[in-house]
Amino acid sequence: MINVQSVAHLARLTLSSDEEKAFEAQLSSIVQHFSEVEAVNTANVEPLITPTDITLVFREDKKLAVQTAEEAMKNAPERSGNLFKVPPVV
Amino acid sequence: MPSNNWEAVIGLEIHAQLLTESKMFSVDSASFGGADNEYTSPVSLGMPGALPTINRRGVEFGIRMGLALNCNIRTRSVFSRKNYFYPDLPKGYQISQFDEPICEKGYVDIYLDGKPKRIGVTRAHLEEDAGKSTHHGDYSLINLNRAGVPLLEIVSEPDIKTPQEAAEYARTVRNILRYLGVCDGNLEEGSMRCDCNVSVRKTGEKKFGTKVELKNINSFRFVEKAIDYEINRQISCLESGERILQETRLYDSTKNRTYSMRSKEEAHDYRYFPDPDLLPLVFEQKWVDEIRATLPELPLEKAKRFQTQYGLPEYDALVLTQERAVAEYFENVAKLSGNAKASSNWIMVELMRELKESEKSIEEQKIRGEDLAELIQLIDKGTISGKIAKTVFAEMWAQGGRPADIVKTKGLVQVTDRAAIEKWVDEVMSASANQVNEYRSGKDKLFGFFVGQIMKVSRGQANPDLVNQVLKEKLKK
Repeated sequence: MINVQSVAHLARLTLSSDEEKAFEAQLSSIVQHFSEVEAVNTANVEPLITPTDITLVFREDKKLAVQTAEEAMKNAPERSGNLFKVPPVV
Repeated sequence: MPSNNWEAVIGLEIHAQLLTESKMFSVDSASFGGADNEYTSPVSLGMPGALPTINRRGVEFGIRMGLALNCNIRTRSVFSRKNYFYPDLPKGYQISQFDEPICEKGYVDIYLDGKPKRIGVTRAHLEEDAGKSTHHGDYSLINLNRAGVPLLEIVSEPDIKTPQEAAEYARTVRNILRYLGVCDGNLEEGSMRCDCNVSVRKTGEKKFGTKVELKNINSFRFVEKAIDYEINRQISCLESGERILQETRLYDSTKNRTYSMRSKEEAHDYRYFPDPDLLPLVFEQKWVDEIRATLPELPLEKAKRFQTQYGLPEYDALVLTQERAVAEYFENVAKLSGNAKASSNWIMVELMRELKESEKSIEEQKIRGEDLAELIQLIDKGTISGKIAKTVFAEMWAQGGRPADIVKTKGLVQVTDRAAIEKWVDEVMSASANQVNEYRSGKDKLFGFFVGQIMKVSRGQANPDLVNQVLKEKLKK
């Protein structure tokens, strides 16, 4: 059984009791599906991290000023100078 | 301290900020400081669609440190998302490594009270730092300059038994980081951070007790004090029949105590999974071998060499090799002066005392290696006495310059002229006739008094051996 309230809390979502019921059924069926997949024998199968065969390309360690602090702040709902202002978190 | 058959089990998680130019997953500058939110590209801001790229030097520094920690280096490792909500982490997850870290199964040798001990390193993995938040009552302010700065998290095995071992392990790791030039290891500024996992159990018990994580420790002395406090707190809890909660506690250095930061109910569930924005971190063994070939001589190897090559006592060798710059300074002075033990003494006693008092590094002070070597030679040749040398040293520390010049301009050359010394001895003996009589009637201890007086009237310039000789002769009469 899935604990919808705990999952909702981790995602910072507030659900009504109707939503809780609906999501509980949906999430449970998803989890159920994976437990069926889990039954497949994968003893000699490498975990698939990415479906592509592209190999990693490193970025060289060079700094670059992409945008100014002023631009970075443009979407901030609240600010104090060039700092983001958020509800208290302590 | 553990008493009444309790023993402590301690493990350390050290976060080291890597000295790259740009951040781990973006081109923003990784330097300390900067104007508010100056180093914040869309990647650092966690803007939707902004994609991370892997900094080659960040990986290289991780491998470098992993090799110095005697770890196995995985040529294929995976970056994962560690999910949690906090405003200093705008993406809602930290890119880290979970089940396949880049470095695993290493160890660090430490020396405590002259005894070696090996501490296992479970793993060292690459991740990104979070931003910085400051709290102002009804709101918090966020600066994301630090968000994305590369970190290497070094996790020890729970091999550590005492607060002293923990602090020494942390010091040793810091020395290695600094030798490699991958981290400046500044605890106060937070470029190196030590989290300590502490639990206690009855001696002989196989199972671990419930562990508590200590955070917010910004000096090695506080590592020791915080763990010491925590061990005692846990023992008294258990002895009075309470249970230990698995929690994070913060150390308050002003009160020397730890206090609870998060309750158990809010325990995190990080839901790690491979970051789909990043490919697995894959590189060739050849690169690892190349990095291995460039590793410098590490502190303990250097200390061993100093003992065999220069005949230094183990204590001297360990002290002199803690900082690479100090070790190199010593070698230079020892070679130029031809007197390794004197070089070690001058550096460990006089120079290090001045450095500590002025909070300077060896690179920032005025005494050049060749000047200290010259000073040692002036003593060895008998040009100046050890006492005068301290005066010259003080002048060198304050103003810099060659000791030979200082000796000349200040008229500090040691007097080895017998007639001049006899004159000083006579002067002192006639001024202290009572003491001379007491000495002659058996009060041997007064000899030192006469020497002191003679050195005083000669302004420290009299050759001490000659003073002893002349004084003995004259007092016999």
